[in-house]
Amino acid sequence: MKRLLIRNGRVVDPSQGLDQGMDILVEDGAIAAIGERLDARGRSQILDAAGLVVAPGFIDLHTHLCEPGLEHRETIESGCRAAVAGGFTAVCSMPDSNPVNDDPSVTSFIRKRAEQVGLARVYPVGAVSKGQAGEAMAEVGEMVAAGAVAVSDNPRPVRNALLFRRVLEYARSFDIPVAAHEEDLDLSDGGSMHEGRVSTRIGLAGIPTAAEDVMVARDILLAELTGGRLHLCHLSTSTALDLVRIGKRRGLALSCEVAAHQFVLTDEDLASAGYDPNWKANPPLRGSAEAEAIMQAIYDGTIDAIVSDHEPRHLDEKEADFADAPFGMIGLETAVPLAIDRLVHGKVIGLMQLVRLMSTRPAEVFGLPGGSLREGSPADLTVLDLRALRAVEPDSFRSKARNTPLAGRRLRGWPAATIVGGTIVWQAGKRPKN
Amino acid sequence: MPVEAAAALAAKDVVGIQRLSPGEIQLILNTAEELLEVARRPIKKVPALRGSTVINLFMEPSTRTRFSFEVAEKRLSADTLNFSASGSSVSKGETLFDTARNLMAMAPDFIIIRHPHSGAPHRLAEVVPASIVNAGDGINEHPTQALLDAFTMCQHFGGLEGLKVVIAGDIRHSRVARSNAFLLGKMGAEVRFVAPASLLPLDVEELGVIPFVRLEPALEGADVVMMLRIQLERQKKLNFPSMREYYDFFALTPERLALAAERAIVMHPGPMNRGVEIDSRVADGPRSVILEQVTNGVAIRMAILYLLAGGRSEAASDS
Repeated sequence: MKRLLIRNGRVVDPSQGLDQGMDILVEDGAIAAIGERLDARGRSQILDAAGLVVAPGFIDLHTHLCEPGLEHRETIESGCRAAVAGGFTAVCSMPDSNPVNDDPSVTSFIRKRAEQVGLARVYPVGAVSKGQAGEAMAEVGEMVAAGAVAVSDNPRPVRNALLFRRVLEYARSFDIPVAAHEEDLDLSDGGSMHEGRVSTRIGLAGIPTAAEDVMVARDILLAELTGGRLHLCHLSTSTALDLVRIGKRRGLALSCEVAAHQFVLTDEDLASAGYDPNWKANPPLRGSAEAEAIMQAIYDGTIDAIVSDHEPRHLDEKEADFADAPFGMIGLETAVPLAIDRLVHGKVIGLMQLVRLMSTRPAEVFGLPGGSLREGSPADLTVLDLRALRAVEPDSFRSKARNTPLAGRRLRGWPAATIVGGTIVWQAGKRPKN
Repeated sequence: MPVEAAAALAAKDVVGIQRLSPGEIQLILNTAEELLEVARRPIKKVPALRGSTVINLFMEPSTRTRFSFEVAEKRLSADTLNFSASGSSVSKGETLFDTARNLMAMAPDFIIIRHPHSGAPHRLAEVVPASIVNAGDGINEHPTQALLDAFTMCQHFGGLEGLKVVIAGDIRHSRVARSNAFLLGKMGAEVRFVAPASLLPLDVEELGVIPFVRLEPALEGADVVMMLRIQLERQKKLNFPSMREYYDFFALTPERLALAAERAIVMHPGPMNRGVEIDSRVADGPRSVILEQVTNGVAIRMAILYLLAGGRSEAASDS
């Protein structure tokens, strides 16, 4: 029997309301015991977590792994290496591969490839519409049977309100959420950054907050009409969060996420970076008032999950001028330190709430295993060093991509080890296996 | 109080008015004044840029700006090369940076760039050692146009401080309007932007201007009325209903011009849509300085190249 004893850590588990020094014994990939001064029960691998935080494994609801078909940006293997190095034990992979994950054969491929790689767990998100073209509904049930945990046309919105209504209704039969990228493309009108004072000053075409807000309003109303499960991807505006508050007060099956960069970086930062396309994301980096509103919504529980919104781009794609370059920034290896640095050390929320937002709630929202350290749960754990102070070094990333605006930024609080199914798949300062 | 001219330009490039100080702007205006007389000589040439290579990199169609730069370069005795987007490697999919690297391999001293996307000259300036001059980038800036406009205003009014300048037209897509707002704001003039709100950028006050959604009230007491070209190709039929309606409400007609100050001058960066934003009676009338703007454009571009060349030769002798 394979055993791992994690000793002397500060165990933080929102599912049991735990925050105290404890040991955790793992046997055969599951949590066998949790308590003070546990006996190693014979031969065990020991992980000394003194001075470190031990939490249920962090789950990223929003990652683009780009395989099949877009391997020049990222592969399932490189993406999973990045995930575990960034403290994530599981990632949900968006369907915008080539071919699109709109078919159970693609869903199974992603599952099987991730199992072969054997690092992070990968949960495929299927497409809402065939080819993500926004016209005909994809085979939702077949994809769920093959392992999809949600459906989404991310990074595109579903323009057709009737299709979106129908998929909210149809997905109820399979009890999965429909995840929505909320953007009215007519209102975005080809813009490349947040529309406001800064876009007016630096002369880039803007994307107004209303482009997101009108779609959030539409889809919350459709969730109410249909009783479907709606998950709103990477929200970026204060009004969208107010609309979520209304929807939640009405008791809808509604959840939402924010990307970690969205409450740290602003359009003013973008402006001072001088038209560098690594700052171009969708939704765009908003103003500081929106970032403040996001932190308020994190504090008051309006937001369910913090995600990486990891969107890899090849160097050649970003070597263009700002308007021409594609949207997207990577986040798997920076989301956790960004969140600890800004939210925990910045005293927005406590550690318990952070673990809830990066593990327990994401598991609940997408109905995934994990998110808890209860005995019998899968032994997926994220170990954190809250005191580690390091600069972001893109050259050391496991991801194939380098499209981050965070190079050189010093952050306090980094992952120290990642355990998936009882195996230490990554540990700070140690060379990765094979 | 007039602005004191700087001794030299601080940067190796002129990518936008936003990055120029009032002293640098005054220096360019003063230098253009001196160079204006070159055009009146029988041999319209000075040797200032002899042996220098200038590449005119135009990734967007342009006739007058490109010609104006070319004339300026030739009058300074530079060797000039023209590169335009159509029929070049750009249409074969080469990136801006690869194009620039290839051009740099030919060791030019200056690259004049016009580009359809905002910020392209700024990015280029970071990666190439040549001096970059922005000849218009996307909806961002057109610094040489704003400088020649300011120069023209100075010729008529002796300075810029306190002038009331109306700029009317498709402000949202206009790099000319933006560069003028930055420049005139820095030099103490009052700028009034006029357009239906569908043609104004959001939070336009950020540019330090007073916005108006009707032309008539903005014209009151105006010293300068600058009409912008309605860029028909950019309207997508959503911003205003028709050319006829635009003319009826927003064009500069003799009747509307009568609302401005008696000494007011009429400007237009060209090319004009007669009968859309400007009535021919105004365009060709006694207060129009539109052709003076073109003449002054050459002097301004000569001044910028001359000043940047001074900086370059100093840097060379330092090293």
